[in-house]
Amino acid sequence: MAALLRALYEGAFNIFETPMRWLQYSLGAHRMAWVFLLPNLLIFGLFTYLPILLNVWYAGSSGDRILLGERDWVGTANFASLMDCESYLQPNSCRRDLFWRAVHNTGWFVVLQVGFMILFSLIAALILNRNIPLKGFFRAVFFYPVLLSPVVVALIWKWILQRNGVLNAGLDWAGMGTTNWLLDPSWAFFWIVFVSIWANMGFYVLILLAGLQAIPGDVYEAAEMDGTPAWRQLFRITLPLLTPTLLVVMVLSLIRAVQAFDEIYVLTGGGPGSATTLLIQYIYDVGFATRPRQFGLAAAASLVMAVVLMVLTLMQLAATRKRAEDG
Amino acid sequence: MRQTLAVSAIALMAAGAAQAQELRFMCYQDGTECDAWSAAFADFEAEHDGVTVVVDVVPYQAILESLPVQLEVGEGPDLARVTDYGGLARFMLDARPHLSAEDADRIEERYSASLAWARVGDNAPDGIYNIVDQLTATGGFANKTLFEQAGVDMPEPGATWAEWAEASVAVRDATGVDFAMALDRTGHRFAAPAMSFGAAIFNEEGHALAIDDGFRAFAEQFVAWHEDETMARDVWAGAGGGTYQDAAAEFTNANLVMYYSGSWQIGRFGRDIGDAFDWVATGGICGPEACTGMPGGAGIVGFNHTDPPEAVAALIEFVSRDDVQAQVLAQTSNLPANAMLQAEGVAYQDVSDDVAAALSTFGAAVPNFASTAYALQGYEFNRAVFTSIPARLTQAIVGELTLDEALDRLEQDVADAIAEAR
Repeated sequence: MAALLRALYEGAFNIFETPMRWLQYSLGAHRMAWVFLLPNLLIFGLFTYLPILLNVWYAGSSGDRILLGERDWVGTANFASLMDCESYLQPNSCRRDLFWRAVHNTGWFVVLQVGFMILFSLIAALILNRNIPLKGFFRAVFFYPVLLSPVVVALIWKWILQRNGVLNAGLDWAGMGTTNWLLDPSWAFFWIVFVSIWANMGFYVLILLAGLQAIPGDVYEAAEMDGTPAWRQLFRITLPLLTPTLLVVMVLSLIRAVQAFDEIYVLTGGGPGSATTLLIQYIYDVGFATRPRQFGLAAAASLVMAVVLMVLTLMQLAATRKRAEDG
Repeated sequence: MRQTLAVSAIALMAAGAAQAQELRFMCYQDGTECDAWSAAFADFEAEHDGVTVVVDVVPYQAILESLPVQLEVGEGPDLARVTDYGGLARFMLDARPHLSAEDADRIEERYSASLAWARVGDNAPDGIYNIVDQLTATGGFANKTLFEQAGVDMPEPGATWAEWAEASVAVRDATGVDFAMALDRTGHRFAAPAMSFGAAIFNEEGHALAIDDGFRAFAEQFVAWHEDETMARDVWAGAGGGTYQDAAAEFTNANLVMYYSGSWQIGRFGRDIGDAFDWVATGGICGPEACTGMPGGAGIVGFNHTDPPEAVAALIEFVSRDDVQAQVLAQTSNLPANAMLQAEGVAYQDVSDDVAAALSTFGAAVPNFASTAYALQGYEFNRAVFTSIPARLTQAIVGELTLDEALDRLEQDVADAIAEAR
């Protein structure tokens, strides 16, 4: 039986032997790498690079038609329209004020969400790394929201935060004043940051926990023998040795924050006004939700965002490389 | 012998397959429209041997977002039930060349007002592109029980927006419900009171959107009503961009005194409210210049990429028939676009007194709508107007922009969108 299976196995592979030998003979051995890479290159080309090229074409053309042949080529007009501003710090002075409001909102969102999320994730990871009771349970509690669909997360929080929601019912029961949390621009922005942190921090807690557990225990033992206080151990041992992990967490969370859309769209719809409209929603609104659809403008905005993401990624690569050289 | 039979059977099947025509009908429903049409199509299939109609029921969002993309690339269903006539006009099939002169004349006579909505752009000025099976009219609904509990007299039909605002606030304060008034978050609903305040909507060249004194007057009033919470802030301030949002759930839950929406809510209210409380349609609400609402409606259209245009045209003719329309409208509790049924009335089936009265009130209001309202409904770029109004006015409501800034931006947004489409 085993011999039969072996014969079948070898036979199956021998099917390729003749064509591969012919290819090697025709192309030469040094070009055979391309033959093996070709399937992957085709898939990448079709599903990654071709869409990028199409996006560039859309960004350089105008009209509400989808077929490329029916669109008018306008060169950089869409980019010029997006960048037409008296002051980039004053969205009202810009021709495309909603784009710049989205840029400002995204900037603040990234700073606040990433900053606080790393801080809270680090604190949670440090606590969960200690020998506390029910450690496994608490790890699961922190990770559980990550398993939920963003739409479910947003709906849960919508029920909590709406006018007659759970939070206001609780405040009312406690004799405290109620607030329309999602109708006030400042509160709405606070809650999208909060909900986003709540939904995503479990993932980063897990990464940081792995980083903490990779720090050798004998370093701490030596520090304790030297009488080093706990806070000093944190700043002189834990954080420096955790820096590579923190860097990964920072870059991942930065990229995810720039791409934030689904939770916020369901929770606030980008409102009130444009208070919680981030870049991805602007692109969606302009390209798909409004009529006539402005595909060119949406594609141009998405390329601007791609450049921002690319800069962030290059910064991460540079930082990683520098650390590798230093270390 | 057996071989001969088998060959004959295969030949017959092949011939049948060649003759069989399947029409795909993409349909959305506010209530039971697609179900009613599915049942009605059995008669069409009996009349047209070999033609079957497959009804694909989809959410309204699919009609708005997926259908245009499918049509753009030459795909999609043979027919669909749509509301965006201007936006989809260039994909629509003109049924007239495939119809007899008698049928074409009858359709023209019965549906002349709504046929005009699809005769835009390069479409033929006498083309038969759409049969509206659900004429809609914007208008108000009031919770009669709350008025009675509050001891406040309900404004009579023809009362002004100011009178309704005053009465609704009095009822809200007396009964402790959350909201006095609400208006769906779309420019379509906003346009009616704006025109009643004197907005011309179109500029001298015939293009939207003209921000004139009438438009500005209602916009100012609308923002002020949000500031003093006469209007429910949750509806307009509760979303961003041009996102549509209604307040039907608040009205159904008796948490809203007066709700400005449209006749398509009648069936839903009849079903969901039941006898929980009494409600009425308000009839026309007046501004200083007019008492108009906005017409609109869903209609059945064929598409010009279809393989069997004759069969699609035959179905268009079928759905236009007086008896077929009467049968479907009776089941769906919708207003007729068919002039003969408007004149003779529809024998609605199993409707409550509230629903019957509301249908009658809305039906009576339609003939009084301003011509500008019909023009806006048939305007090729009306979606640009309808989505830009909530996006910009909400910014004024929440204080991101002053009203003047918001109106300037609104005018520019609509102009940009129209320029892009051209």
